[in-house]
Amino acid sequence: MRLISQIGAWFDQRLQLAAPIREASGHRIPRNTASWWYVFGSAAFTVFCLQLVTGILLALTYVPSAGEAWSSLQALNHDVTMGWFIRGLHGWGSNFMVALVLIHMMQVFLFGAYKFPRELTWIVGVFLLLMTLGMAFSGQVLRFDQDAYWGLGIGASIVSRVPLIGPAAVQLMLGGPIIAGATLSRFFALHVFVIPGMLIGFVCLHLLMVLKLGINEWPMPGRIVKRATYISEYHALTEKDGEAFVPYGIWKDMFFAAFILLAVAACALYFGPFGPTGRPDPTIIQTAPKPDYFFLWLYAVLSLLPPSMETPALLIGPVVVMLGLLLLPFLSGEGEKSWKRRPIAVLTVMLLAIALATFTQLADHAPWSPVMDAWSGAPVPAQFLKHTSALERQGALVFQVKQCRNCHALDGGGGKRGPALDRVAVRLTQDQLIRQVIQGGGNMPAYGKNLSPAETTALVAFLETLHPAGQAAARDAARDIVLEKGSQ
Amino acid sequence: MANEPTMTRRRLFAKLGILFNGCVAAALAVPIGRFVLSSITHARANGYLTWVPLGRVNEFPEGETRLATFRNPLVEPTDGKTVDTACWVRHIAGEQFQVFAINCAHLGCPVRWFQQSGLFMCPCHGGAYYRDGSRASGPPERGLFEYPYKVENGLITIQAGETPTPGGPTAALPGKECSCA
Repeated sequence: MRLISQIGAWFDQRLQLAAPIREASGHRIPRNTASWWYVFGSAAFTVFCLQLVTGILLALTYVPSAGEAWSSLQALNHDVTMGWFIRGLHGWGSNFMVALVLIHMMQVFLFGAYKFPRELTWIVGVFLLLMTLGMAFSGQVLRFDQDAYWGLGIGASIVSRVPLIGPAAVQLMLGGPIIAGATLSRFFALHVFVIPGMLIGFVCLHLLMVLKLGINEWPMPGRIVKRATYISEYHALTEKDGEAFVPYGIWKDMFFAAFILLAVAACALYFGPFGPTGRPDPTIIQTAPKPDYFFLWLYAVLSLLPPSMETPALLIGPVVVMLGLLLLPFLSGEGEKSWKRRPIAVLTVMLLAIALATFTQLADHAPWSPVMDAWSGAPVPAQFLKHTSALERQGALVFQVKQCRNCHALDGGGGKRGPALDRVAVRLTQDQLIRQVIQGGGNMPAYGKNLSPAETTALVAFLETLHPAGQAAARDAARDIVLEKGSQ
Repeated sequence: MANEPTMTRRRLFAKLGILFNGCVAAALAVPIGRFVLSSITHARANGYLTWVPLGRVNEFPEGETRLATFRNPLVEPTDGKTVDTACWVRHIAGEQFQVFAINCAHLGCPVRWFQQSGLFMCPCHGGAYYRDGSRASGPPERGLFEYPYKVENGLITIQAGETPTPGGPTAALPGKECSCA
């Protein structure tokens, strides 16, 4: 023991770190902040450390070349001992890190932690969120498969819409005219050097401010933050009702961090690594690219916005969100901290959470995407063909062959881009059906040029049979009268 | 304190030191900036577009739309398969063609041709285009991107080399009206 303390003293005489570490670990925190609500930031940091370690391990095998990246991932998955597990840890770690950063942000927002004097801590945190998302996107690119390739195309299409500098920004992003070797190399540099370097710097700043300014106290309704008095009130609180951070506060952080690491490992073990999906060969076009889960909501928004709204929303939306987040501590730097007295804050979080969850859920089903093989893979269910005439059956054939099923479902099978047609005859009369098929409209292409009159007649005859047994097909009452008069 | 001169010899040297470093940094910034922006300046100076052969006219039956592939004119050693590009070739009649980029005009996903319904459909957000590339439905704000083409000695050649994007320079290139055909 004497030897160990002698060695320790030798190092400390040179490093002089023992005193500041003792000071940091012994700094007093308000007792009620030693709560399970205060563990998300340290858990995000722990997962970040896991990402650093697993990232370095993956770099031992990964080749950042457009020609070889995909094969090196296959080697990691199948040849290198435990390569699949390290990939799983890194992939699941990234999912957990995004989720933890968002939860941490929600918690500090609801607890009013961004108010005086912690405005800069919040702002640095906003940049940490951006960098985490940047890591998530660039990481998805490094998994250089079909999703990564076309995901880059989507990124380029969005960037190209920036006025004036759009095309140049695309060339800068891709490192050339097309998505190719240079693109992967620069995303590798971003993912491995640039963003992690900035992340480490910003994390240090973020932590330094937490130490210097103290952890945000548990918000009490009615305890108002005022710039003039807050700091002395906070010190009085830590004196009167405070404890040393180690061990009073830290044990919950440690337990939760270990639990999260265990959860990441369990996911990696049970679900395995992500992809890679198909080889990144642009001549293979039988692919339906989808982003990873943290960007699914964006994928949904891009489908659901009206076309004319899309470019303004893409270009102005992020600026507004960023400005809102950065200005928040200046717009409400004082006042009530407790969520119990901040209904708009609570409603905002709920609205955002519900919107993100809904869009993510929608994107998982992607009802706006045509089912490309429904016309050949999902035949018209038999119950729709019972007791039908030859003409109507011919119509069913036209319905199938002309790829109507790619967008229109029957009995739940087929695309959901257009309305399901199980009961279409109840909604539309014969004339309306003909018009809709030939002229299109309401987001349906016009089929006039691709259907012969005979095909249209057969198709509409089939569509007219699509109504429930007890419910008659819609008909144009006035037309009946006109026809009746004509025949008299 | 008040009598102390505001500019000592040491302070002057410290300031000159900052100035010296600033000059060196400015000098180094030029090559570094040129390196970082090289993909943009290359496009400005030489352009990325070149005429690329797609195949013989008789490989594309009249009245049909076929998938063709070509190698991007600019190839770097680490590009792998990514320089192989697909496009849709519609042979209207005689020497009249339309060559569409594979990329949807919405966000660049690969569109697929459906002969029977005469539509191009996008798997990502459901954009659809008619056989002549014009917009049929969905989120795209415009028709498919077209490569300028020419037919010489029975060979169809297109002007390609840059991924078409909604705001990109190739988006505005003429298609049907191309005088070079």
